[in-house]
Amino acid sequence: MDEEEKPVRRLSSIVLIIIVVVLALSASALYQAIDLYLKQDVASGYYLLIGFLGLAFSIYMLLQTRRRMRRFALKTTPVTTTITCQKCDFKNLREFERGDFILKEAGSCTKCDGTMLISAIYRELKEKVKEERF
Amino acid sequence: MDPSQILGAQFGGEGPLGWIFQVIFTLLFIVMIFYGQRIQMYVMIREIQGSLIRLRFIRDKGVKTAIDTIKEIGKPETDPTERVYQFLEYVTILPQSMDPAGIVWKLEHILDIREDRFKDEVRLMAPSADETNVNNLENTLEAAAALNIIYKVIRHFYILGKKTLSLYIIMQIQMLLPLIMREAEAYSSALKAFSYGQPIGDGAGPLVAAKLMHGRRKKKIEKDCVVAKVPLEGRTTYVIKAEGPGGNVGKPGEAIKRVIEETDGKVATIIMIDAALKLEGEKPGEVAEGVGAAIGGPGTEQYKIEESILKYKIPIHAVIIKEDIGDAVSPMRKEIFDAAEVAIDRVKRLIREKTKEGDVVIIAGIGNSIGVGQ
Repeated sequence: MDEEEKPVRRLSSIVLIIIVVVLALSASALYQAIDLYLKQDVASGYYLLIGFLGLAFSIYMLLQTRRRMRRFALKTTPVTTTITCQKCDFKNLREFERGDFILKEAGSCTKCDGTMLISAIYRELKEKVKEERF
Repeated sequence: MDPSQILGAQFGGEGPLGWIFQVIFTLLFIVMIFYGQRIQMYVMIREIQGSLIRLRFIRDKGVKTAIDTIKEIGKPETDPTERVYQFLEYVTILPQSMDPAGIVWKLEHILDIREDRFKDEVRLMAPSADETNVNNLENTLEAAAALNIIYKVIRHFYILGKKTLSLYIIMQIQMLLPLIMREAEAYSSALKAFSYGQPIGDGAGPLVAAKLMHGRRKKKIEKDCVVAKVPLEGRTTYVIKAEGPGGNVGKPGEAIKRVIEETDGKVATIIMIDAALKLEGEKPGEVAEGVGAAIGGPGTEQYKIEESILKYKIPIHAVIIKEDIGDAVSPMRKEIFDAAEVAIDRVKRLIREKTKEGDVVIIAGIGNSIGVGQ
């Protein structure tokens, strides 16, 4: 039940070409920046800025596309069934099975032979606790 | 010095690279002036396209789940795929509202026909399914149909936007996309829950009622509802819920009306427990109180309850368990399950504070009873 399926989705070729071109231009701008810096030219600063901006842009684009592709999956959280003995309160936790429902009798207790009852069915989400300002 | 020289000087002046940057900036400037809005529109169209691909994936996966479940539970002799696709296209034509008098009953009648038709279809598709599974399969198919209609509406606006190149058509759908995607994802998890028969967040009300009536003698009342007479805090309470564990919401309005009439209107108070949509920032499973008929849906059941309480001047209280749309149709979260106990305490407190010993009280747990017995 805990499955994650991914559909086929390729990176657009146009986007890929743009990223490659920007990467090549950024690399040459950085090279030019070093060259001009050695010649003590003030324009080296501009090249450095452009080079880094281009590099940042292309890396960001690549990461964004990867992130989008990862988000393209359907996640399912496991659902837990809790079975409790009506007599001795013994609890048994297991993964949900088809046919389970809350307040269904689920056999007899292994400890005291009392009646076992499905007392809870839920999914537990483990969310990152963020401190909210509001 | 002409502008090209100034620009060139900014990027090193001499050399081919300076010229390349100069040309790029000039072109960008011109393109942005003339085609800025069009580019923005294409970006939006691409965004819608991405969401549409995801919606199609969710819809296809949902339909596949529904077909697989029908095959597994219903054991049909023929392949149900074609029939499932026909089911997805069913339409419900709502009654004419130009003369609104009596529209509640007309709407109820149409909805009853719809439900009967859906159940008949499911019985034909899944001949081996018992009543509980027929209800669950019907819910599964309804969730698949909802995903299908979301996909088709977005596709309609996407194609229309591309055809007309109207910024406003594209913009309105692009702005609503985050909410639409959330809803589609909620239906997707609902479909999974329905196909397995798992309790969902909307079942918080029936869960409270089930806990109160457990171990008592139950009687079937009205359509798909059960009632149990439960002594609570020295009062006689009639606890009502939709019959589980199959997925249905029953007709709690009709059931409440029947109990009121059976007791000749001598009901001290009615307490309704239901799941309600929370606002962003509120925690799921928060319990709140109020007055009024806590019931959603098309409004026919709420109307019946309000008519009955008005006739006998019965006070009505609401206990709501907060959750978002995703939680309401997904397998029940632990926070919502735990909130049922808090809601029971609130119900008991309300009974103590608002009624006297020996009074008759109606407690109705509203919502989908899937995965919740009694």
